[in-house]
Amino acid sequence: MALCIQGVAVARGGVPVLSGVSFTVAPGTALILRGPNGAGKTTLLRTIAGLQPPLSGRIDGAEETIAYAGHADGLKAMLSVTENLTFWAQVFGQSDIDAALAAYQLDPLADRLAGTLSAGQKRRLGLARLMVTGRPIWVLDEPTVSLDAQAVAMFAQAVTAHLAAGGMALIATHIDLGLNAETFDITPYRAQPEQRSGASDEAFL
Amino acid sequence: MIALLRRDLMLAFRAGGGFGLGLAFFLIVTVLVPFSVGPQSDLLSTIAPGVLWLGALLACLLSLDRLLALDFEDGTLDLLATAPLPLEAALSIKALSHWLTTGLPLVIAAPVLGVMLNLAPAGFIWVIASLALGTPALSVIGTFGAALTVGIKRGGLLMSLLVLPLYVPTLIFGAEAARRGAIGLDGTTPLILLAGITLGTIALMPFASAAVLRMTLR
Repeated sequence: MALCIQGVAVARGGVPVLSGVSFTVAPGTALILRGPNGAGKTTLLRTIAGLQPPLSGRIDGAEETIAYAGHADGLKAMLSVTENLTFWAQVFGQSDIDAALAAYQLDPLADRLAGTLSAGQKRRLGLARLMVTGRPIWVLDEPTVSLDAQAVAMFAQAVTAHLAAGGMALIATHIDLGLNAETFDITPYRAQPEQRSGASDEAFL
Repeated sequence: MIALLRRDLMLAFRAGGGFGLGLAFFLIVTVLVPFSVGPQSDLLSTIAPGVLWLGALLACLLSLDRLLALDFEDGTLDLLATAPLPLEAALSIKALSHWLTTGLPLVIAAPVLGVMLNLAPAGFIWVIASLALGTPALSVIGTFGAALTVGIKRGGLLMSLLVLPLYVPTLIFGAEAARRGAIGLDGTTPLILLAGITLGTIALMPFASAAVLRMTLR
């Protein structure tokens, strides 16, 4: 099942940032989201992940199919790498974490506490989490922050393998991942500043 | 769900997890009371049930701001909200782990501290029973307060102001059951009302907590 976005408008802090966004991600393909800082990439991705409702428009195919990775990795500093991954695997009803450890070369770090990892190693662990969710659609927000060139290659390889298995990926990034993927620029969809419909309830929250 | 419970308990027992913090606070508050009241054993004996209940309530409150704030900061809540586990269930589990690490130790420590406060012998069983029945409500209501204030930087004080009024019914019936027991009366009626409050909050509060948390995560 494809991820289908039709005429979606999103707001951040009660101010609409994007409107009329439409695209489709078919099984086995990835879509790279581009846009300047503050364009609304994160807001759009959070909306697609179901963390906030869209102001208008339809999002099809996103029910219980999305593995979201935002700026924070959701790691516990006092748990080891294996314990962190096992926890997320169990939450998503999976049990196998070996493939994820291997894909990001985390085996040598398996017994280290996540709090003692470097920023790049934490990020690799955060990305390995996607592989243990068993979800077909990966929604990734700046996944390559603090990764070195070698780790970016690992990530590109993991995404390619995921796509080859029929998965989908929606990635907001500024760098070239070397993926064979379409690019979608959200800059033209910027919402008009005076349009504040649907934002009125924010005053009461 | 079991995985979440196991993880929360594991985190509580590891360094910096905060297990025993509430218990130590409870201990110190109840030890300070005889010092401040003075050596009047009959007065202490009169106020003992109330002091034990107030101490337990404050100890519960102390550990609430860790309940969701840490998970919010490191992004775990965002990821849990997109997981197959309903947010209501996740918050119920969090309240349960809070009770197991805070409420249950208080119940177990209360008789020891009762001795220090010269609690009447007949009152021990009532204090334990009322705390055992009442502290789960404190954890569940506290989860609601934590969900309300999770997005606010240093929202601990605001959370106390929001949560403490909600604790009033639990405190009234819990302390009343313990007081009646201590002076030799039958405390069954307040105890049953207390159990009713606890069961009601366990059944309904997770839905309210999940609703406000979804709003916070937007």
